[in-house]
This record gives sequence, structure tokens and C-alpha cells, in this order.
Amino acid sequence: MKLYLKFLSIHLRSAMTYRSSFFLSCLGQVLITTNVFLSVVFLMDRFQSIGGYTLPQLSLCYAVILAGTSLAECFARGLDAFGRILSQAQFDRIMLRPRPLLFQVLCQDMKPTMFARVLQAAVMLIWALGAGAVRWTPAKALTLALMILCGAGVFFGVFLINACVTFFTLEHIEALNIFMDGPREYGKYPFGVYGKPVLLILTFLVPLALVQHWPLQFLFDRGPAWYGLLPLAALLFLIPCGLLWRLGVRHYRSTGS
Amino acid sequence: MKKYWSFFKMRLMAGLQYRAAAMAGMSTQFVWGAMEILLYRAFWAEHPGQFPMGMEALSSYIWLQQAFLTLFAMWNWEHDILRSVKEGTVAYELLRPTDIYSMWMARSVANRLARASLRMVPVLVVASFIPAPYGLRLPASPAAFALFLLASVLMVLVVCSYHLLVYALTFYLTDPNGLMVLSVAAADLLGGAIVPLPFLPDGLRQFAQLTPFGSMQNVPLRIFSGSISLAQAPSVMGLQVFWIITLLSAGYLLTKKGLRRAVILGG
Amino acid sequence: MIEMQGICKTYRVRRREAGLGNAFKSLLSREYTEIPALRDMTFTVPDGQILGYIGPNGAGKSTTIKILSGILRPDSGACTVDGLVPWENRKAHVARLGVVFGQRSQLWWDVPVMESFDLLRDIYRVPAPVYRENLNRLTALLDLGDLLKTPARMLSLGQRMRCEIAAALLHGPKVLFLDEPTIGLDAVSKLKVREFILEQNRLCGTTVLLTTHDMQDIDALCSRVLLIGKGRLLLDGDTAQIRAMAGEDLSTEEAVADLYRCFGI
Repeated sequence: MKLYLKFLSIHLRSAMTYRSSFFLSCLGQVLITTNVFLSVVFLMDRFQSIGGYTLPQLSLCYAVILAGTSLAECFARGLDAFGRILSQAQFDRIMLRPRPLLFQVLCQDMKPTMFARVLQAAVMLIWALGAGAVRWTPAKALTLALMILCGAGVFFGVFLINACVTFFTLEHIEALNIFMDGPREYGKYPFGVYGKPVLLILTFLVPLALVQHWPLQFLFDRGPAWYGLLPLAALLFLIPCGLLWRLGVRHYRSTGS
Repeated sequence: MKKYWSFFKMRLMAGLQYRAAAMAGMSTQFVWGAMEILLYRAFWAEHPGQFPMGMEALSSYIWLQQAFLTLFAMWNWEHDILRSVKEGTVAYELLRPTDIYSMWMARSVANRLARASLRMVPVLVVASFIPAPYGLRLPASPAAFALFLLASVLMVLVVCSYHLLVYALTFYLTDPNGLMVLSVAAADLLGGAIVPLPFLPDGLRQFAQLTPFGSMQNVPLRIFSGSISLAQAPSVMGLQVFWIITLLSAGYLLTKKGLRRAVILGG
Repeated sequence: MIEMQGICKTYRVRRREAGLGNAFKSLLSREYTEIPALRDMTFTVPDGQILGYIGPNGAGKSTTIKILSGILRPDSGACTVDGLVPWENRKAHVARLGVVFGQRSQLWWDVPVMESFDLLRDIYRVPAPVYRENLNRLTALLDLGDLLKTPARMLSLGQRMRCEIAAALLHGPKVLFLDEPTIGLDAVSKLKVREFILEQNRLCGTTVLLTTHDMQDIDALCSRVLLIGKGRLLLDGDTAQIRAMAGEDLSTEEAVADLYRCFGI
């Protein structure tokens, strides 16, 4: 952990060497996600509600997804850029160091600019809470924390799958962006809004609905309390991801490319 | 005309090298389009009376938007041009017998056409097989279709003129990235990318339509889907022409002055 | 002690022909070409030896290094480095190993070299007194001084290579792999690097395995030379033997080319 923090500080300082571009890319990222949420604001201005959700509730919904993706993107950046790590033979160097491989890949690259989005998520969350999106109980606060953390976990798993595929194909598969960039865009509404097929896919295949749609039902008093624990179940998704990673490393060891 | 053709050919060949990337890009665009339509379907089911355009028109708008994405996307910069201006190597271009500004234009237009032509067709074909009101439907009249084609040409010219102005401003800025970031955000917001302009609140909507961003994807997509009627089209397209002339001449003057400065400074 | 016993490694390369049709065909049935990289490679390196490992491009040098350092698993054969099988005890093995790739950097680009070193100390869990001692010795021998405060991207190639070598030795490894450490260096830097390798070997008894295309490196450093070609061990001898085959003046390109031609590689 201490080592990880050291890496974080190195990446932060590297990013700060190019200070103006650091702030500009922070700004750019926040503008993109602000626009995403503005689309919600405009539509709610016209229609007032969708599927029984109000604007503050949607703000909370998007804040959860935004915080989860941004945390994952900041810390799993090494997995996102894994194609480059492989092609520049950085993975060989990683294997020459006496620390766990995945840990080192995560240390390899981080994206501190993502904290700007985490900040944005925090602002949206605070606004949503102030506007009375939820009637609070301690259990609901716990669920909210679980949603963000487990959400980051699921996104981490998606990044991990992407990296594992790179072991075999050696290039980034753009189609996987559907599950990487897509949720950051379409997570602005609870996934149930998009209809049953989408909800089913995101419940059982890539369990993003377990950290967003279902626990939201509990937060908004529309579902039973045990929905609030579903984010934990979403973490099961990490098991196949981990197995795939092992398979990828084994493949790398036998082909060396 | 010839330089347009050779830039187009060059980029098309380069693009063809990355067939796999193009295929994957199409699959994501298809999913994006589907998600947008599913979303508006939910709004339509609850509040059909408050829709500023019909569901069928909206579906056509969304599919065309996905298909034409690389044609009008603000983020589709010509990084070679930017670099040459930033590093001053642009002064060497003066050695060539062509006018640098029309060269930039040729390059921008051709590259956009080449990129879009690879990605466009499959999305359009698939979308036209989706049942109403969620699929892509042809415009009501041949006249509307003709106007759509004309408006598309004007759209590409507006986007490229805007880009050329940014390249020209790069002569005077230490770092054009801020301007680029803001341009992308503004085009998303005011151009009809995040929600079609008719869905914007009053006031903001009228403002957006008057900006150069409102003369981009907004015009052809809405003429195609019938959201801008034949009667309204001439004035909207007139505004497109106005922006092309304004942006182009502003950029042209700035480039001329900037180049003179670059030559004096010695690049 | 490094032992390699009958190591074989074959790469399977997917055959792909141009054209869209073939691209689709290769989705269904894949054809592979087998490229043998190492065939029955056997040798032993005793502790404290400086071993030169030479051969033309594609002879299998980097495959050997990759197997010895645990990156690659061979198809068959046995291999131990100080009693450990590299690809089975990766962490324990690499903790005792230092590797320098002449063409790649392990320093972090934008931060001062000293910070890279501190980070390596933490990665390798080097105890503070050991680290201080190693750092002082390496700084003195390699004349690092002011370089430590400079970001790696601002160093010249020669300066960076000295820092790279120090970085590989901070944790006091018993075995050091040098992959073309003098590539691209000017004469002064080359001499400095060679002088250091000898010194390090003499002071710490470090076993050094050196791959290079520069015969002057071999001449100056190695007590023993392995020549490989097409994945096989062709010659195991000392520089005198090489010299006998290639002619007195090893430094010329012609002599080396003649040597390779001698073995038909």
C-alpha cells in the first residue's frame, strides 16, 4: 500500500510537470460529463419526470456512476493502456520485479486528472441530497457507499477483461468500449429506463445494474431493503475476470509476445 | 478539386488498413444509437404530448447522427496542421505553389469524407431495417432529400471553416488545447449532440440555433427527419452560408497575418 | 550458478495473408508456422564468471535471456539459477537478479533519477543500510553524483545507461544480465561502462551474462564466450579461441562476419 501511494505521487508529479495540459484535460473531462448531465437537466426541464424519478434522484444516480467509473479509470488506467504496456515490452520489465503482476500493472499508469470528475460527482451528490432525493437512514448511507465502491469494482473488472483480451489480440478491441464508455454516458438514468432487455444484460452479464438500478430502488423507497446489498453480489463479477487474467499471463509466458 | 481527390484517396487507403477498427467503431455506434432510442422511447411512452418532434423523426435523427458522426464531429482535428502551426514549420509550406488556406480546407474536407464513408453505410443499412417508429425512414419528399444533401455539404463546410479558424488562432495562442476543449464542449451542447436542439429549453434553443454550432449537424439531420420543414429550410441554410463566409474570411485574414509574423520570426 | 539443460523453445506464429477474404478465413481456421528459437540448449555458468553470449540477430539470444529471467516458459528442458526454476519461483528468483536492456529504460521518465532509485528500493524491499551502502558504492564507481537529481528524460544516452546499470544493481543481485549495454554509446561512455562491469565483478563476485554485437566488449570483459546460431550452441570457449577463428583483430566487422560465416549462420 505504501508503495502504491509512492507510485501515485510519482504519477501526480509527472502529470504536474506539464501543468497547463494537466488542468486543461481536467477541464475537458469535466465538461464532457457535465454535458452528459445537462442532457438530463434539459429533458427533465421539459418532461419533469421519467419512470417516476425526479431530477435530484437522477443527479444522485449519475453521481454514483460517475464516481465509480472515474475511480476505476484513475486507478486502472494501467489496464486501459495495457496494449501499450505489452507492445513496448513494459510487461517484461514488470515480470522482472518481485511483486505481484497485476499490482505492478496498476502502478504503471494512473490518471490523476480523473479526480476532477470525482469532485464533480461529489458536488452532484451533495446537491441531490440537499434537494431531498432520499429520505435518509443509516442503512441507506451504507448502500450508497457500497454502490460507489462496488461500482468502481465492476468497472475495474471490465478494464481487466479488456486487458486480458489484449494478451491474445495484442490490440485494443474497440467494441469493449460499449461497456467502458457506455455506462459513463448512459448511466445517467437508472438502467431500468432503457427497458427490460438492457436491464437483464446489465444485471446478469455485466452486473452494472446491481450497483445502480436495483439499490436505487431501495434508496428511493421503491424496493425491499435487501436490494441495498446487491452491490456486494456484483463483486462476484471479479472472479471470472481474475481467472481470465491468469489465463492471459499463462499465454504470455508461453508465447512471449 | 484535384487536391481534394488525392487527400480523399490517401485517407481512404489509410482508413482501409484499419478495417477491424472501423468494424468495431460501427458496432459501438450501433449500440449508442439503440440506447438513445430506447431512452427517448421511455419519455415518449410517458409524455407523448410534450415531444417537439415525432418519435419517427427523432429515430431518423439519431441514426443519421450515428452514421455521420465522423463527418461533423468537432473532435476530429487535423493534428498535423495544428502541429505545423505550433512549431512554426508552417512557414515552409509557403515554398509550395498552392495557397495554404485552401490546402487546409481540402485536407479537412477530404479526411472527413473518407472517414465517414467507411463507417456510414452499415449503420444506415441496419437502421433502415428496424421497424417504425424506431428505424431510419427516408424524407417525405424528394425535395427534402435534395435539401438534406445540400445542407450536409454546407454542414461539412461550416465545421471545417470553424476548424480552420482555430488553426489560424493557433498562430496567436501559446496553447490551442484550451480553445479546442471548449469548442468540443460547446459543439456538444449547442450543436444538438447531447439532445436535439428542439428539446432545449426556450431561450437557450434560439440562442443555440444562431451560433455556428447550430449550423452544423442540427440542419441536415432535422431537414432529413422533417423537423425543419421545406419552408423553413432556406433561412436556416442561409445562416449556414453566412457562417461559412464569416468564419472563412476571419480565419483567412488571421492566417495571412500570422504567416507574415511566422516568417519574420523565422519560424 | 546457472544451469541450462536441453532447453527447447518453439514459437508458433499465426500465418496471415493479405486481403479481406483471408482475414475472415483466419477467423475460422488458423494456420501456424513453427519457428524453433532454441534447440537443445545446454550450458552451465559458475558463480562469478563474466560470460559473453554472442550470435547474429535472431539466433536465440533474447529467448535465452527471457527464459533465464522467468519471462518465458520453455517447451522442454530444465533450467535453474542458484537452485530456483525461474518461471516457477518468479518472485524469489527475480529478487536476486538484475537486468539491463540497452534499448529500454526502467527509469521513470519525468522524475529525478534518485526518485526512481527510491522506488526500486521499495519494490525490491531493500533494507535501508544495504541500500545506502549499495547506492554509495554505485554512485562513486559510476560517477553518478549530480545525475541523480536530474529527470531521466534530460540525461544523455551515456549518462542514462550508467543510471540504468546502477538501477539494476541497487538490490545487490548475485546475477546480472546485460543485454547490449553499450549500444549507441560514445567511446568514453563505453570504456566507463566496461571498467565498471569488471570492478563490480571483482568486488562483489557478481555473475554477469552479457549479450552484445560489440566484440570489443567481449574482448575487454569476458573470460568465456558462447556463440549461438539458429538456436544451437556452436562454440563454448574463451576469447583466444574466438580470436583464433576470426583473426587477431576482433574489432573489425569483417572478422565477426567471417566468424559467423564459418559456422554457416
